[in-house]
Amino acid sequence: MEDFSVFDIIGPRMTGPSSSHTAGAVRIAYIARRLIGTEVSRVHFTLYGSFAETGKGHGTDKALIGGILGFTPDDERICHAYEFAKEQGVQVDFTYSDEPADHPNTVKIEATDVNDRMTEVVGRSVGGGNILITEINELGVELSGEYPTLIVRHMDEPGVIAEVSHVLAQLNVNIAFMRVFRHGRGRDAYMCIETDTPVTKEMQTIIRQLCKGITELFAV
Amino acid sequence: MQLVDAFESGTKLCEYCTQESCTIAEAMIRREVSRGEMMRDAILKEMQENLNVMRESVRIGLEEHVETVSHLSGGEAMRLFRYAKYDPFSGGNTCRAAASAMAVCEVNSSMGRIVAAPTAGASGILPGVLIECGIERGWTDEQLVQGLFTAGAVGLLFAQNATISGADGGCQAETGVASAMAAAAIVELSGGTPEQSLDAAAMTIKNIMGLVCDPVAGLVECPCIKRNALGAANALLCADMVLCGITSLIPFDEVVSAMLQVGRDIRKEYRETAKGGLAATPTGKAVAEKVKRFQKYAGEY
Repeated sequence: MEDFSVFDIIGPRMTGPSSSHTAGAVRIAYIARRLIGTEVSRVHFTLYGSFAETGKGHGTDKALIGGILGFTPDDERICHAYEFAKEQGVQVDFTYSDEPADHPNTVKIEATDVNDRMTEVVGRSVGGGNILITEINELGVELSGEYPTLIVRHMDEPGVIAEVSHVLAQLNVNIAFMRVFRHGRGRDAYMCIETDTPVTKEMQTIIRQLCKGITELFAV
Repeated sequence: MQLVDAFESGTKLCEYCTQESCTIAEAMIRREVSRGEMMRDAILKEMQENLNVMRESVRIGLEEHVETVSHLSGGEAMRLFRYAKYDPFSGGNTCRAAASAMAVCEVNSSMGRIVAAPTAGASGILPGVLIECGIERGWTDEQLVQGLFTAGAVGLLFAQNATISGADGGCQAETGVASAMAAAAIVELSGGTPEQSLDAAAMTIKNIMGLVCDPVAGLVECPCIKRNALGAANALLCADMVLCGITSLIPFDEVVSAMLQVGRDIRKEYRETAKGGLAATPTGKAVAEKVKRFQKYAGEY
């Protein structure tokens, strides 16, 4: 039986009209923004399934723009997201795709940040404002965004995972969930580590310094 | 009866409340404390913040010009609220509560800020009923926050033992559960027993059991906004029935199970897919076509 909080029933506070098509869309793009870690200069959204069919009437477009600007689902600026994007010089455009997707409410976000670095994130809105990030830079992941999450890109070799979890333990960060993904044996791999408490910027620096096999690290 | 088991069913919840001589709201607060994520004060404060957002969404919908993203609706809440002065058939209080419920829904559809209760599509009923009755009866914010916990407990029982999603159980699971929550809240705030609160919740569901989710063009507007008005009226009527001493022949827990079974039997076309019911009428389809054309138009419209 699921352990509901009273605030799952009376809440969340959100910008309407739809928890899946609006609040969920904000969260996907917001997590993408956190992953990128800096301001975005250009972003292209590709909407699939029901997002593509009825997204506009639910303000899914504004929700995604809002999220990529760093707004959370209860931010009242979301309905003016186009104006805010323009003001901040963020170029946005959309493709409403007819192609089938694995899940009806799916979006692909291709963002270029102010350092000209490109990040691609695929996410789906799974209902009630809950989401799942399924791809980061073409690598399959599973990330709900419900807990503070550390995403570590590393070489697929023995000891890296043990090193990272050891450092987290020393920093007194408890791991709630952890999953490991890789492109292929001995190649690029990712760890998705969901923690009970956030991993601060200082902690991230320490992990980068102490853990050798790491190539990239994001915190959401 | 231990607190951990009290939320397994309505019967157990009533048993716990009797044993502890406490309200459903108090049991709900204790359970939230026991989850260990927030202290009691923070929990009460968080709920007060929900009440503030609810009240503000009612105010905006009744006082400001609200236009929905699709341009299909807007301004109707204000119209009904003004009309409530002129001796409406449904009575001033009911009419104003219904208008307030619609107000929140219009704000929701215009991308304004609301509190899902239990969902965004049914977000008008609980604030509509609570805020209006609060004004009418002079309830304080402290009392209204208690009401929100009562409502939360009822919603939680449905979420756990049935469903609160239109895609799973049809509209009965969204506006139906919202009415049940609102009815239970005002019964408890009026001094009703936990059993009476759950009886009122049971009655509201019995009244609309089987209600399908058939949103025109897949949007949370038609018929959702007016069904929130009905949901408010349903809650008020059931609360009155219970408070005058009428009981529900079928107990709350059995109504919850029946609602789940009926929800499962509702064909997929009638569960939020916008493929049946009002969505499949000639007018419904024409509106959907119009909305789809908007979709192709790049940028804002």
